[in-house]
Amino acid sequence: MAAALAGGAPAIQVRGVRKVFSGSEGEVLALDGIDLDVEPGELVCLLGPSGCGKSTLLNAIAGFSPPTSGSIVANGRAVTAPGPDRAMVFQEYALFPWMTVEKNVAFGLEMAKVPARERRERVDALLAMLNLREFRDRFPKDLSGGMRQRVAIARVLAIDSPMLLMDEPFGALDALTRRNLQDELLRIWAKLRKTIVFVTHGIEESIYLADRVVVMTYRPGTVKRIVPVTLPRPRDPAAPEFNALKREISQMVMEEQARHAQAEVGGATAD
Amino acid sequence: MKTAGSSATRLARQLLVPAIVLLAWEGISRAGWVSPIILPAPSQVLVRWIDYARPLAPYDPAEGSRLRWIFSGELPHDALASLIRVAGGFAVGLVLALPLGLLMGAKPMVYELMNPLVQIVRPIPPIAFIPLAILWFGLGNPPAFFLISLGAFFPILMNTIAGVRNVDAIYVRAARNLGASEWTLFWRVMVPAAMPYILAGVRIGFGVAFIVVIVAEMIAVNSGLGYRILEAREYFWSDKVIAGMISIGLAGLGIDVGMNRLNAWLLRWHRGVEG
Ligand SMILES: Nc1ncnc2c1ncn2[C@@H]1O[C@H](COP(=O)(O)OP(=O)(O)O)[C@@H](O)[C@H]1O
Ligand SMILES: [Mg+2]
Repeated sequence: MAAALAGGAPAIQVRGVRKVFSGSEGEVLALDGIDLDVEPGELVCLLGPSGCGKSTLLNAIAGFSPPTSGSIVANGRAVTAPGPDRAMVFQEYALFPWMTVEKNVAFGLEMAKVPARERRERVDALLAMLNLREFRDRFPKDLSGGMRQRVAIARVLAIDSPMLLMDEPFGALDALTRRNLQDELLRIWAKLRKTIVFVTHGIEESIYLADRVVVMTYRPGTVKRIVPVTLPRPRDPAAPEFNALKREISQMVMEEQARHAQAEVGGATAD
Repeated sequence: MKTAGSSATRLARQLLVPAIVLLAWEGISRAGWVSPIILPAPSQVLVRWIDYARPLAPYDPAEGSRLRWIFSGELPHDALASLIRVAGGFAVGLVLALPLGLLMGAKPMVYELMNPLVQIVRPIPPIAFIPLAILWFGLGNPPAFFLISLGAFFPILMNTIAGVRNVDAIYVRAARNLGASEWTLFWRVMVPAAMPYILAGVRIGFGVAFIVVIVAEMIAVNSGLGYRILEAREYFWSDKVIAGMISIGLAGLGIDVGMNRLNAWLLRWHRGVEG
């Protein structure tokens, strides 16, 4: 549906992206030959085992760490630096601990020089939307993990970016809180129609959320397959169709892990 | 470790050892085992301390308010002289160390330029600067201020540099992502993130400044608590020496409590600090 709405250029266009890290133990080819289009308003999950380059790709799109070669275009412009048109939600929340909830949410608006009155209105609306109203004067240290991630989401929604980049945002939360926040995210997404790139290593999470699941390979990180998920929302993880998809994607991830394990063994004997 | 009992028995337990020491001390002095010049009895010290602290003349309304009269004794004068010195010197040290530390922490170029000099001068104890300070500034307040500033300067500088350099990169990323300019990034993110380090440096700096003020007063100045206890020694007034030492201890304690409060309030957002 989202893709049909788009018509024009994709929101994100990744072409031939390759990323090499050179460290003390030689070079690591983290990403190789990544091609990916994300349509405006689409929710795409990047799925793969830990270390396969999901964060590296997301950080390249966010502009934190440029690719070694290849190009990334987001919102019609080549990515050269981080910016508020690609709002990022981090797994570690990255809230400013010296600011109250309210100040954290208002930060991006202050940076955009939004007048105080309008800022206040927008912060109020967001705090209400994410059920944070009674916590507005608290400092992050006095919030639970789930609450902190709500604040982080409110903080990026405040700047009204067309795009959200989320790096395992619910990875550190317990199962129940995670499901709540997934539902909340879907509700917000349905309402605001933002483009979302959501990184996860949870197969079920990716199927529960995504329009398309991008399954990645391990070392180098490449796109193994892109699996469209057409199940109607709200999705039921216990439904047979859901489980069929889960089996299919699990299969791919396991293949990848087996290949990686073999490569490790091969590498070890070669050394 | 958990100690049992009501708050009254706890207080009693805490006072037990000091009370025994005081009683033993009193007993030893009264028995005449040691000369009162070597070790005056605590009761004698207390009398001397009251003498030192109380107004010299009876209250006379023509001389000014009652409050002024209460603080007209020798001790309040000395304490005020020392506190003004330590506060002034500390302020100078802080005002110099903070911007330089922020700059050195944030700009590798400045760090590389300044760090060798800092590393050469920093290990020299401020006390070792006394002869030079007297040669440069003569006697009186100027060398004292110089030495106190120097004592406060390095702890604040080193901690500020470390604080800025250790700011978690995730805050910088988040701020950039939300559209912060370099300037706001520095003032609204780097500085507050470095604040726990900076305040620890401020506290150490004040501690050093407090040591230096006493030493400086013993050598370069003729007023203040440090001067007074050295003067008392000239007359073999060991009771006054000890009374002065206790006053210095109380001033130090007061400063420490005040610093603690300020710290707790400024870092009320920080994990591990309970408001
Ligand atoms: N700054 C870095 N320096 C060197 N190697 C890195 C760096 N960041 C990531 N890598 C390597 O690149 C690979 C991909 O990392 P990452 O993108 O963090 O994976 P994921 O997010 O999928 O867990 C890993 O093998 C990791 O060790
Ligand atoms: Mg990662």
